Amino acid sequence: MIPEIGHFALIVALGVALVQGTLPLLGAHWRRARWIALAQPAAIAQAVLVSVAFACLATAFVENDFTVLYVAEHSNSLLPLPYRLAAVWGGHEGSLLLWVVMLVMWTLAVALFSKQLPELMRARVLGVLALVTAGFLLFILLTSNPFERLLPGAADGRDLNPLLQDPGLIFHPPMLYMGYVGFSVAYAFAVSALLSGQLDAAWARWSRPWTTAAWVFLTLGIALGSWWAYYELGWGGWWFWDPVENASFMPWLIGTALLHSLAVTEKRGSFKNWTVLLAIAAFSLSLLGTFLVRSGVLTSVHAFATDPKRGVFILAFLVTVIGSSLALFAWRAPKVGLGGRFSLFSRETLLLTNNVLLVVACGTVLLGTLYPLLVDALGGGKLSVGPPYFDSVFAPLLMPALFLIGVAPFARWKEASVGELARTLRWAFAAAAIFGLVAPFFSGQWKPLVALSLLLAAWIVVATALNIVRRVQSTRAGRSFAAAARRQPLGFYGMHAAHLGVAVFVVGVTMVNGYQAEKDVRMEIGDTVSVGGYTFRFNGVRAEQGPNYRALVGDIDLIKDGRVLRKMNPEKRNYVSSAMPMTEAAIDTGFLRDVYVSLGEPIDKARPQGAWAVRVYHKPFVDWIWGGCVLMALGGLLAISDRRYRARARATASVGAGLVQKA
Amino acid sequence: MKPRHKRIALITGGLAVLGLVVALVLNAFQSNLVFFFSPTQVAAGEAPRGKPFRIGGMVKDGTIKREPDGVTLRFVVTDTEKEMTVAYKGILPDLFKEGKGAVAQGRLGDDGVFVASEVLAKHDENYMPPEAAQAVGDAHARALAAKAAAASTAKTVQQ
Repeated sequence: MIPEIGHFALIVALGVALVQGTLPLLGAHWRRARWIALAQPAAIAQAVLVSVAFACLATAFVENDFTVLYVAEHSNSLLPLPYRLAAVWGGHEGSLLLWVVMLVMWTLAVALFSKQLPELMRARVLGVLALVTAGFLLFILLTSNPFERLLPGAADGRDLNPLLQDPGLIFHPPMLYMGYVGFSVAYAFAVSALLSGQLDAAWARWSRPWTTAAWVFLTLGIALGSWWAYYELGWGGWWFWDPVENASFMPWLIGTALLHSLAVTEKRGSFKNWTVLLAIAAFSLSLLGTFLVRSGVLTSVHAFATDPKRGVFILAFLVTVIGSSLALFAWRAPKVGLGGRFSLFSRETLLLTNNVLLVVACGTVLLGTLYPLLVDALGGGKLSVGPPYFDSVFAPLLMPALFLIGVAPFARWKEASVGELARTLRWAFAAAAIFGLVAPFFSGQWKPLVALSLLLAAWIVVATALNIVRRVQSTRAGRSFAAAARRQPLGFYGMHAAHLGVAVFVVGVTMVNGYQAEKDVRMEIGDTVSVGGYTFRFNGVRAEQGPNYRALVGDIDLIKDGRVLRKMNPEKRNYVSSAMPMTEAAIDTGFLRDVYVSLGEPIDKARPQGAWAVRVYHKPFVDWIWGGCVLMALGGLLAISDRRYRARARATASVGAGLVQKA
Repeated sequence: MKPRHKRIALITGGLAVLGLVVALVLNAFQSNLVFFFSPTQVAAGEAPRGKPFRIGGMVKDGTIKREPDGVTLRFVVTDTEKEMTVAYKGILPDLFKEGKGAVAQGRLGDDGVFVASEVLAKHDENYMPPEAAQAVGDAHARALAAKAAAASTAKTVQQ
């Protein structure tokens, strides 16, 4: 019964979405106040209906209802409760439902927290969001219904893929989806602005916090996924340039460009068309990511579906969304106007350069991700693009961007002076250069690329500190420094926190790539192996029983300078219901380094108590990678909290008055 | 500078940078394309020498052998038609098993042994790497075609 309620709720939600996606948009066009007024209650109704559906699916998982096909395929009666709940989005159908849940929640948030928006604008935004929701609901109902019954029911479920039985799975997909789906709000704002022809600074100010929020979630989602891959896959890597990772990285790059472009549009009224185009691109890439991951054209841990019908549907949806919004753009963009003019060297130009670099970077990822698919589709054979391609392209593209992070906050809008900037920043650059040149000596070996990257990271830190100090000094007006510092807007600190996050991230990546050490060795009981100044002593393995798996647990002493620091217990698990083996690495996390041990295989399969193949890593600064991402996200949060986004626009009243007259 | 000069400078600079970037990207792209070959194609000498490529197929039953150092493994990959020996130093992915599909990336040694730098993991018990599936499928199709051809020849002879 409960699954049928969920199914029914989805069907009703589709009806509501179709109403919300048509009447308010038409109403905004023809100025029908009653049609416009439908948008908000419809958004609330949709949120309720989709939540009901989601709760129904979760109930089926909690109660082990194996007469539901999706539950039978992704759960098991032995599976612990938190993972049964996470398994709701552990497969294709459920993860799409999660997509829609996120979408209606964003829509609800727009409906509830945008009181300062003119009513027409809000109706349009909600209408566009509902059209996207309708597309996804249709997709679920036609091709991927999670409530489909399995009659007679299975005795027990097939179990969740052991790789996904991890706290990482509970948080990674919702975060990532919040980000992906969040760009739909930026997209809806852009399309509404095109529809109304009102592309102005106010539009940019409304759009900015929503875009930043989506970007924060996407940043955290990608970081969580990377961290999960690092400790769960047992290979010690944090980024593989896997097509699925790329699919989430491309919207991030464009989203980052969009944030900066929106800043220009808000402050100076320039870049309007460009900003709109980026908003459309960010959401289109989110959809493309969904297509790549969900259509089965890629095979990886994320690819659940191999039903070609689904691929065709998403592709058609993608083409519709991108095609219609680009057509709208082509039709409306010429009327938008150019906005504030600026000279060849100004903060605008620097931000434009940042945008170009990020977009080109995204283009290179797109090329490397889609080319193999294209060649395969055209019958050109199977091929893949190796990670060295991305590595060698990314470093030269992003290094100038890193340099600009230090410069741009000092540059004036409209017209900046090279000489003045050089005078302001020369000591900062000298300090960064000394740090970059000297620091690699302390890490063991001097490498030119490491020196350059550390120089750039230090440059960001020093320039940021200098910028904060100068800004506070210049606005003191007789107050103490601390008092003046507290008076700076949160958005200002948000920007700098995010930039510092980039610096921290760069340090992490540089140090790991430059100095990590790895060894695969055969270890008899009592054997030791040393890597990166640490010694590991293998004391054998013991058998243990988990809730739904059997494990062989390694007993390894981590030794430094002759002293045992701690025991490390990497595991080799065998899951009962799926008979899948899983490696659980043991990681000792530190501020400046991780040491990482994972069990390979017993040398002699018949004698698992004897010698093992063991992999050990020393990874300097690896946690800075995710720390940097968290700092970037924190910067985004600070920026959203800025007071000026909560100031009510005075324009609301006049537009509302016009509406009443017309009605 | 006059506005016109400014614009020209901006456009020229932009184009120069863009050209440089495109050259850089395409160069890196070209040198990092990794092609896939089935054991049959490798046996026919289609695979490049001295350049990395990927092979795939089924891991033949009973062929995984561990060398004395304890971390180098040898196994045979087959597309049911031709076989090739693969050597890999390191720890294999969890789901690497005899009788299952696998894809390896590496170079072909002079002794005809494929030295893998990476063995690709599959993520699910039922998942077969698409390249491996295709290699086996192609070989299977060729075998069927050969059988059909033989049958028709036999028929002709009888007539």
